Amino acid sequence: MNAHEPAPRLAGSPGLPKSPEGDPVFAEPWQAEAFAMTVRLHEKGVFSWSEWAEVLSRELYRPGRRADGSDYFDCWVAALSCLVTELSITSESQLDQLTRSWQRAAVATPHGQPILLENDPAR
Amino acid sequence: MTSEDTMQDHNHHHDHDHDHHDNHFSDMQARVKALETVLTQKGLIDPAAIDAIVETYETKIGPRNGAHVVAKAWREPDFADWLVRDATAAIASLGYTGRQGEHMRAVFNTPETHNLVVCTLCSCYPWAVLGLPPVWYKAPPYRSRAVIDPRGVLQEFGLTLPETKRIRVWDSTAELRYIVIPERPAGTEGLDEEGLADLVTRDSMIGTGLPKLVGEGQ
Repeated sequence: MNAHEPAPRLAGSPGLPKSPEGDPVFAEPWQAEAFAMTVRLHEKGVFSWSEWAEVLSRELYRPGRRADGSDYFDCWVAALSCLVTELSITSESQLDQLTRSWQRAAVATPHGQPILLENDPAR
Repeated sequence: MTSEDTMQDHNHHHDHDHDHHDNHFSDMQARVKALETVLTQKGLIDPAAIDAIVETYETKIGPRNGAHVVAKAWREPDFADWLVRDATAAIASLGYTGRQGEHMRAVFNTPETHNLVVCTLCSCYPWAVLGLPPVWYKAPPYRSRAVIDPRGVLQEFGLTLPETKRIRVWDSTAELRYIVIPERPAGTEGLDEEGLADLVTRDSMIGTGLPKLVGEGQ
């Protein structure tokens, strides 16, 4: 299915969990979304491979990582957040606000309906 | 065609849990959504393009716990009975428990009946058991059409069932999620649990497909 597509450069990120066939594997859907967004931004030239690898490594080598490595994508998301704020695409406070807004929207959304940011009652 | 039944258990659970909010985003889920929102607003990403990339990896996401549930049910009649009586406990006995403590119900395909689960659009889909839902599955038209015309929807996915086979549609509720236990394919008597689990596709556990046949490729 996807066997003939070239693996994205980002699939070569340090420590990325891989299947025996060499594909990235994700424990939860949000991890795949974070990976996909990073792939797109890199493809569009928003940042270079070396910029990404440096920021990701910085997050991965922070003290306090979980011994089983299950926080790998937490680090990935922290690295992506860091990079987009360093590039002045957004600010840490805007990201925090939107994060809380999405959480309020989720709780406010009735079962069976799509969760939309507009559903946040505080917006 | 009126032989199709739509099972909607919504009303069965409304006498308790009035304040229970089923939808919840973890910190990381919400953070990723926040990044997606900002990057989309700035025109740097297109959610459809992100979906397309995620779709490439959809079979690599989440543990395929459900496949083992199905394989075990095929091999062990006692386990299958347990699944019928109390799927939540039977599935939990394998170490697969939902993060939100949702109840699971196993619906068994038979020669007479085919089961189809309708996905919900919110965060209730039990991906830890079933794997990531396909992108089309989350689309509102699919949900409504699957209830009205399940046979037609299945045909679009390449699954043509005999007219004599009844289709039951199951719509998950806030407290109850479904897994389809497909019929065991012929010629699998010699397979162990691992071999059987390899035949169980995600689509066969939501009822939009059938298990792979022995020797069928990945």
